[in-house]
Amino acid sequence: MDIKIAWRNIWRNPRRTIIIMTAVIIGIWSMIFLTAFMRGMVVDMIENGIATLTGDVKIYASGFRSDPALENRIRNPGPLAEKVQANLPADAHMAARIRVSAIAQNARHSAGVTLVGIDPAEEAGVSFIGDGVATGQMIRPGNPVDIVVGKALLEKFETKIGNKLILMSEDAAHEMASRAFRIRGIFSAELEATEKRFVFVSKSAARGMLQIGADVSEISVMLENHDRADAVAEKIAAAIDTEAYEVRTWKELKPMLKAYINIFDGYIILWYLVVFAAMVFGIINTTLMAVFERMREFGLLKALGMRPWRILRAVLIETAFILLIGAAAGNTLAFSMVYAIGQRGIDLSMFAAGFEYAGMSSVIRPEIFAGDVVLANAVVICLGLVVSAYPAARAARITPVEAMARN
Amino acid sequence: MSIVEIRGVDKTYQQGKVFVQALKNIDLTVEKGSFAAIAGPSGSGKTTLLNIIGGLDVPDRGDVRVDGNAYADMTRSGMAELRLCRIGFVFQAYNLLPVLSAVENVEYVMQLQGVDKKQRRERAVAILDEVGLSGRYHNRPAELSGGQQQRVAVARAIVSDPAIVLADEPTANLDSKTGEGLLQIMEKMNREKAVTFIFSTHDRMVMSYARRLIHIRDGEIENGKPME
Repeated sequence: MDIKIAWRNIWRNPRRTIIIMTAVIIGIWSMIFLTAFMRGMVVDMIENGIATLTGDVKIYASGFRSDPALENRIRNPGPLAEKVQANLPADAHMAARIRVSAIAQNARHSAGVTLVGIDPAEEAGVSFIGDGVATGQMIRPGNPVDIVVGKALLEKFETKIGNKLILMSEDAAHEMASRAFRIRGIFSAELEATEKRFVFVSKSAARGMLQIGADVSEISVMLENHDRADAVAEKIAAAIDTEAYEVRTWKELKPMLKAYINIFDGYIILWYLVVFAAMVFGIINTTLMAVFERMREFGLLKALGMRPWRILRAVLIETAFILLIGAAAGNTLAFSMVYAIGQRGIDLSMFAAGFEYAGMSSVIRPEIFAGDVVLANAVVICLGLVVSAYPAARAARITPVEAMARN
Repeated sequence: MSIVEIRGVDKTYQQGKVFVQALKNIDLTVEKGSFAAIAGPSGSGKTTLLNIIGGLDVPDRGDVRVDGNAYADMTRSGMAELRLCRIGFVFQAYNLLPVLSAVENVEYVMQLQGVDKKQRRERAVAILDEVGLSGRYHNRPAELSGGQQQRVAVARAIVSDPAIVLADEPTANLDSKTGEGLLQIMEKMNREKAVTFIFSTHDRMVMSYARRLIHIRDGEIENGKPME
């Protein structure tokens, strides 16, 4: 019956109840939706960062990170690759690449690029280039002249598919090596910088040009769940010679991303507290008004023998109803909006330059994290009940004589 | 056998900067099964005396014993339990819970006592029938007349078989015919259920129903002799 009474009591003044419920709905919605938006940005940054040839875990020869020269390549990578593969979860993907700084040039332009020798089949599920090309065709494994370039580089070089592109780099003997390639396909990436930076050739073409035999520069691993990178890296490190090789996770390779995540986590908690602080006055005020209007009733209940804790509970049940209904509606609204927007994303291309600087795409797709939803609801419901305990305690403390004297 | 024993009770209120002595050295004994009226003009201390008997207010001095319980020795929790199980209240302004129907208002006291749902519904319906509210079970207070609301309040007061019912000017807001009808119901309950009734009034018609009149003036009892 206490539940029934609480339910009927909150509808004694429907306008007031709807106003405070609306405040809770907007509060919860803003917490969940804006957090999802921010998470979308962070996830986008992480995905871009990881997919741009970083991977969740990367294995190098010792010294390559501080000096990414051909001397510091992985020599005879077969046995190492087998050990790495043996320590990966079933859903992981792995690719070995050659990666070296180079100069690309054609008749009109030249630019510094990163020459990447890949096996297209290996890259599927590991990096963005594994998704294929936007225009033209992917390089053919073993083909010595195929090259895939980014759309932005193609435009910068004022060239097109089928045209020639010269690459120059230092080979293993420290001699200048150059080779002419023919543009076979164009890739597009989330970031323009990526399109300008990387050119892809087959592994055998890179090996032939750089005179490195069967060696590679790095082994990159992509996991289904980025959060498992640390555990997988530890497992790989335990299985290989860590004197000769380094195992690094994306958090170590992209420290800025890790810093962004920490900043966003702190910002989300701050945001929750700010929204709640705005709501708290409404909750206290509404509950106080509802309590003061009914002091005579509380006095009656105490006269009839109701214990103070039951009055406290009765007021808290009413607040809980308002908070739970508001939270349910706020969650529904936030989830619906994220679902509706999630497919096409929020186009912020007018800020694209600034976003690209931070490693984000111009289209942000909100991402809901269960932890954020739980935290937003817990903050509103638990703290809402805590703050409404004050008016509830006022109601519980009133004596029947004081209450009956009120009119 | 006495159900109320009051010895040397004083009560003073502060109204602004003025102290008002509401009760002065009250001695009173009420026997079990009485149908007694505390009569006196407004401000004479009737309500204060009822509140002290009901444990709603605390005297500055003196001893109060109701149904064998000495208030001075009781905790707040014990007082609440006593009010819940042994004392029924009827107020001048009815004081029903507006969000509950007539039958729910009557049931609510039993719910606080922990009576199971089926039993409390049966008892609430039966007592509403007794006070003449058959067919009005599901009406909320706003849908009932003043007399009907007060009958619900009487039903609520007696439904859990209290030792004593305290009614503070129960007919003050009712017309004389309705008030008389309510008194007849209270008297019937007193007779049939042997529940002690003490009510305050300044209405001569109401006084005429009392089997004992306790006159109070300026906080002092003028006489407490039984009329029966």
